[in-house]
Amino acid sequence: MNPYLHQQQLITRRQFFSKSATGVGTLALSSLLQNDLSAAPALSMNPLDGLPHLPAKAKNVILLWQGGGPSQVDLFQHKPGLEKLRLTELPASVRGNTRLSTMTASQSKYPILPALKPFRQYGKSGRWLSELLPHTGSIADDLCFIDSMHTEAVNHAPGVTFFLTGSQIPGRPSLGAWGTYGLGAMSQDLPSFVVMTSSDAGKTCGQLFFDYYWGSGFLPSKYQGVRFRSEADPVLYLNNPAGISRNLRRSALDDIAAMNQHHLSQYGDPEIDTRISQYEMAYRMQMSVPELTDISNEKTELLEMYGPDVQRNGSFARNCLLARKLVERGVRFVQLMHAGWDQHNNLSFQLENQCRDTDQPAAALVKDLKQRGLLDDTIVLWVSEFGRTVFVQGNIENERGHGRDHFGVGYTIWGAGGGFKPGHSHGETDDFAYQVTKDPVHVHDMQATLMHLLGINHEKLTFRFQGRDFRLTDVHGKVVQQVIA
Amino acid sequence: MLRCFILLICINWSGLLWAEEKISYNQHIRPILSEKCFACHGFDAKQREADLRLDTFEGATEASRSPRTIIPGDAASSEMIKRMRSDDPDEIMPPPDAVHRMEKSEIDLIARWIDSGAVYEKHWSFDKPERPQIPKGDFDAWVKNPIDSFIAEAWKKDRLQPSPEADRATLLRRLSFDLTGLPPSDTEVKEFLQDTAPDAYEKVVDRLLQSPHYGERMALSWLDAARYADSNGFQQDGDTHQYVWRDWLIRSLNENMPFDQFTIEQLAGDLIPQASLSQKVATGFQRCHLLNGEGGAIAEEQRNIILFDRVDVTATNWLGLTLACAQCHDHKYDPLTQKDFYSMMAFFNQVPESGVPPGGSQYRIAEPAIPVGTDEQMKQLAQWDAEMKIIEGEEQSLGKTPEFEKSITEAMLSMRARKEIVWLPQSPVKMEASNGVTLTLEGDQSIFASGAQAAKADYVLEIPIPERGLTGIRFELIPDPRLPMGGSGRADSGNAVLSELNIHHGDQELLVKHSRADYSQGSFSPEAIFDKNPQSGWAFHPDVKTPHWLEMQLAAPVKHSATPLKLTLQFQSSHLVHMFGRFRVMLTDTLFPLEEKQFTPEQMVLLKKDPAQLSDAERNQLRTMMRAADPQGLLAPVRARKMDLKNRRDALANSLPKVMIMSDAKPRKTMIYDRGSYEMPTTEVTSDTPAILPPMAADLPKNRLGLAKWLIAPENPLTARVQVNRYWQHYFAHGFVKSAENFGLLGDAPTHPELLDWLAVEFRENGWDMKKIHRLIVTSATYRQSSKVSPALLSLDPENRLYARASRFRNSSLILRDTALRVSGLLAPDLFGKPVYPYQPPTIWDSLGITKERDFSYPQSQGADLYRRSIYTFWRRTVAPGNMFDTSARRTCVVKHSLTSTPLHALTTLNDTTWVEASRVLAEKIMRQSTDRAQWPALAFQAVCQRAPDPTELGILEKSLAHSLAEFQRDAAAATQLLSHGAAPRDVTFPVTDHAALTHLCLSIFNLDEALTRQ
Repeated sequence: MNPYLHQQQLITRRQFFSKSATGVGTLALSSLLQNDLSAAPALSMNPLDGLPHLPAKAKNVILLWQGGGPSQVDLFQHKPGLEKLRLTELPASVRGNTRLSTMTASQSKYPILPALKPFRQYGKSGRWLSELLPHTGSIADDLCFIDSMHTEAVNHAPGVTFFLTGSQIPGRPSLGAWGTYGLGAMSQDLPSFVVMTSSDAGKTCGQLFFDYYWGSGFLPSKYQGVRFRSEADPVLYLNNPAGISRNLRRSALDDIAAMNQHHLSQYGDPEIDTRISQYEMAYRMQMSVPELTDISNEKTELLEMYGPDVQRNGSFARNCLLARKLVERGVRFVQLMHAGWDQHNNLSFQLENQCRDTDQPAAALVKDLKQRGLLDDTIVLWVSEFGRTVFVQGNIENERGHGRDHFGVGYTIWGAGGGFKPGHSHGETDDFAYQVTKDPVHVHDMQATLMHLLGINHEKLTFRFQGRDFRLTDVHGKVVQQVIA
Repeated sequence: MLRCFILLICINWSGLLWAEEKISYNQHIRPILSEKCFACHGFDAKQREADLRLDTFEGATEASRSPRTIIPGDAASSEMIKRMRSDDPDEIMPPPDAVHRMEKSEIDLIARWIDSGAVYEKHWSFDKPERPQIPKGDFDAWVKNPIDSFIAEAWKKDRLQPSPEADRATLLRRLSFDLTGLPPSDTEVKEFLQDTAPDAYEKVVDRLLQSPHYGERMALSWLDAARYADSNGFQQDGDTHQYVWRDWLIRSLNENMPFDQFTIEQLAGDLIPQASLSQKVATGFQRCHLLNGEGGAIAEEQRNIILFDRVDVTATNWLGLTLACAQCHDHKYDPLTQKDFYSMMAFFNQVPESGVPPGGSQYRIAEPAIPVGTDEQMKQLAQWDAEMKIIEGEEQSLGKTPEFEKSITEAMLSMRARKEIVWLPQSPVKMEASNGVTLTLEGDQSIFASGAQAAKADYVLEIPIPERGLTGIRFELIPDPRLPMGGSGRADSGNAVLSELNIHHGDQELLVKHSRADYSQGSFSPEAIFDKNPQSGWAFHPDVKTPHWLEMQLAAPVKHSATPLKLTLQFQSSHLVHMFGRFRVMLTDTLFPLEEKQFTPEQMVLLKKDPAQLSDAERNQLRTMMRAADPQGLLAPVRARKMDLKNRRDALANSLPKVMIMSDAKPRKTMIYDRGSYEMPTTEVTSDTPAILPPMAADLPKNRLGLAKWLIAPENPLTARVQVNRYWQHYFAHGFVKSAENFGLLGDAPTHPELLDWLAVEFRENGWDMKKIHRLIVTSATYRQSSKVSPALLSLDPENRLYARASRFRNSSLILRDTALRVSGLLAPDLFGKPVYPYQPPTIWDSLGITKERDFSYPQSQGADLYRRSIYTFWRRTVAPGNMFDTSARRTCVVKHSLTSTPLHALTTLNDTTWVEASRVLAEKIMRQSTDRAQWPALAFQAVCQRAPDPTELGILEKSLAHSLAEFQRDAAAATQLLSHGAAPRDVTFPVTDHAALTHLCLSIFNLDEALTRQ
């Protein structure tokens, strides 16, 4: 039997028997209606039977999606030999027959462009990073860098879809949907899977975030990520219509519940009971979401740690701060989607802008979680669909108009907390930041590793759809034990 | 008693087995083997381990294998059972690292099956359904038609009894939702309650089946299956006109087009001899797929993705087969090969399509597509097409006159003594720009645009004609540091799009023969300036900092006169502020040499020959070449007429919706792709149907038309079953086969195989009459039961798969919205037409507006269009309507509804303007019905739930109204605010407090479980 259905039946049965002890209809409605949050049932979800499969190192995941593809050449992979090779042709032996995007596949020359800014070493681990990332540098000893990530995609949408759903073609459940489907919810008054988006202030990059990046695919739609927007209603239809006060809403919901309870006593359908709790949870969300998005009570020092951008609603910095608050409140998956790294023809000035917008907030989030003791069971993953080419795209002479193309053969991401080995670097690329020379990590491997940290055997969390047992990692993926503490 | 229920429900449905029952391979054994064994020992030879297959009797009992896997009649000696029972990790099957384990009960079952002879059966759904005997049962008095006999037969095991018939009000409401998607009106309720005729119920059924809203209701699930949307998906998400197909669908359902015809028209309407326009439109079904127009998208890759999707949608929707699983390798469970997949794909691989939509405008419609207008408009188009033929004839004969012969000779001579074109700058005597843009003349005779950053503008220049006449015009674009990016255009990017250019001399419009530029941005070529489409034009991004030129050769030379030339430069594309910033106008009187690039090298050799030396054959060749080139403009007048006609024709055609349809105009070979990758073609295949199913009749063409006829052939075991299963699902939330999308080996076994087959045969043998099958189901006693459920029945059958009660489920969000509109009286019940834009959060599409290429603000409708039925709401594929929750994503074929319950759904119906406004308008309706406040709660409840509240309910509602009255009396401002939602005018004669309090009560009632549920 479909495990989801099985789970639903168990719940139904449980509800039925719990009620039948005292007769249907006398379920302690009062416990649902009182304002004591702790008495409420978890928001719509329970774990599947048998999960977690193994002891979990992490309970929460925060994805810091760096959309567009940050340049590993400029930021992470210290290749001092490149400076001497500036403007020389990338050897064909290095380039091999790697698949490139159609934007540079037909370029006649592939001149090397070394890192824009110098690198220096950070922390006790002595990790080399660009000077453009001083804040990331300041937490280098908390981070686990994977310098040998590789993907199959050459363009954005397929690349993002691949990393987040395991397939380049839209329609499969996303990582967060799989996780909440398997592990269930911890929050009682917030969704289990929350998404927030931001983009570089100048909107130079133009990457769209499609809702299937956090979709539930063929899993029931309640597992899809809920997007918090930066507008007046962070969640669609969250606010009461003007003219209905919170008190009036409360009394309306009480009346609706009383009517539904009466109806339940006549029809006996457990779905009515579910509806009563969902309305109650909607009410809780109406309170908890504005409380969550309100940062006026945060300490000044803390806000300063996240940087000045934190004051701007919808900024990456603000979203980082909210991510911490969400995790604190038991939201299992937080997916921040930030656009702005697609620097084909504006690398020389946009790279710095991007680093300024993202370096400090990302580091602040890790510090903030650590200070609160949340980092131990929260994975923070700074990740993108791919990196960028070591060779220049466009005219090498034209510094203001050139950049780097997409590159998925070998790039860098980092993880922190939740079982990632701190102060560690895994894998290597060659002297050109091009081919992986040691410990390659495929997208499916990283997915398997994330699930492993959450206590999920990626081969066993499956869902039958159209005659096949689907899983996030398709038929691939190996847990990368070396990055686990 | 309780304990006994627990025991029963722990058993998986499909495996439900009773001691006295015979073990059936199909029902009991195959589900276990297919789930746990076939992935490695099944149909797919490439994946097969140890060369052992367990999905056939021959494979599993192979005598040459030692030890023998299965020895029929002797489970104890069968290696299969030994291995399953083993605790040695090297021996046990499935192996320890497999996802699945064998339960002991399952092994016992398999052992009993082997002992009883290990009889394999063909998979049930691959055998043609035969009409089974109608069972004789215990509930003859209850039974209303054969459906009930089958249903009652399945109750025997559990000694179940039917639930009582639902009360009339509930029945009418259920029927109205199921058949029209709308609640019954007050009058309809009254009439039905008072109708004592024995056939009162049947009369209502017939009335609803004839309702124009029937088609709208039944179309909803077909739209999900067809992955219908009003836009392409992906970045730029171009809009489409597929709504014309949606209208075809509603119309066909209302007209009760038989399902066989319905199938033929949608799959192959274009291939029917003398296909009508409507039949061509029907094939829009196969063009409702996603279209990826992202920069860098590889067209051939996208075309193949579309083909894969067509195979999937056809196999899922008609056959209930997961053929998509055979794209990369043979199907792991079902007897479907990769060859089957690509042979099916070959049917769809003849479409003259590129795989990507065109760019550049709000509407991005990929060929093949046809304009669809009224009969009159279509007649006009046909007439113009006929006129065009005549003009083309004239053009032909003009190209044969002696005068034309002479022009050929002269052109050849000029070719031999070729001249350079001399361009001279020419200052306008007058220049003007619209929308606050200012044009000034610079010292170098260039023109500089400044002033307002208008979104769009026209520049009008008047320029004297040089004394020796005029043969061509040239624009030079001059980059300037005062302009954005130091470019020559005014847009932020330094770019410009010249969308149209009109050249007039007095009253005469001058035509351009050739245009060319030193550089063009992709499809923004010079030709696009003269296509009468303001959305397209010439542009030069990203090379904005380089000077550019654009040259135009006039169709015929113009003689000097005092009247100046008037140039109208239009910058009217959707690319805002994209207009020239600095440019110069140059003119020439040089006779243009023939455009060399239009001739091949061989032709050039010919052209450069001495005219006197030409052979007859060469002379003929030259004539053809020169008719195109027309060196002296002799054909220009007739071509001007032709152009004028073409423009009129295109203007009409462009004003009509253009529907993407199917066509087989581009024959292609179809190859099997290794691992499903279009870059790895292997063996060629021809169009054919899956080998496991009965073959296509010999007289059927091997094209889509043949495929469609094969689908509805009486031998086809699947089509009718798949459809009636979905009809049943429409009324009971799930079909007999719960996996409506999969009738294959891993699909769910049917709970009522005989009834499924009986209905399938009934459908097929009664002319595929859809309304007839729907009528049969809703007039059954099974359907008419109450949906109330006792604890005992709930625990015995929590999912209602035995149908000892009616099903009860939340209405789809689309219907919930329609209900609110109908009940309040706001509904605009018109059928068909362009998609509309009802209330959505105003910023709903903003995330799409990442570039300035296109405006993505939500164009909210006004007036009645705010209140059309949900089916007409514009469905943007990238961002579905925010208040239509729990719907299919309209990306792939979906044949099952999603029915979840989340807090977000509650927030929608509690807070969205749609429901708040409907509550306000409903409140007015009630206040108009009665001025007595005491009547309002009951009236409001009756309006939404179509029944009177019982005393308990009335008590709660009265208290609720009293409470909100008190609240709004205390806070009059809040009352006014609550009455301000939505565009419908408020009747100000009603006191604010009363109106607000009743609005609030109505909103609560709309949110009752009963209001949201069809029960």
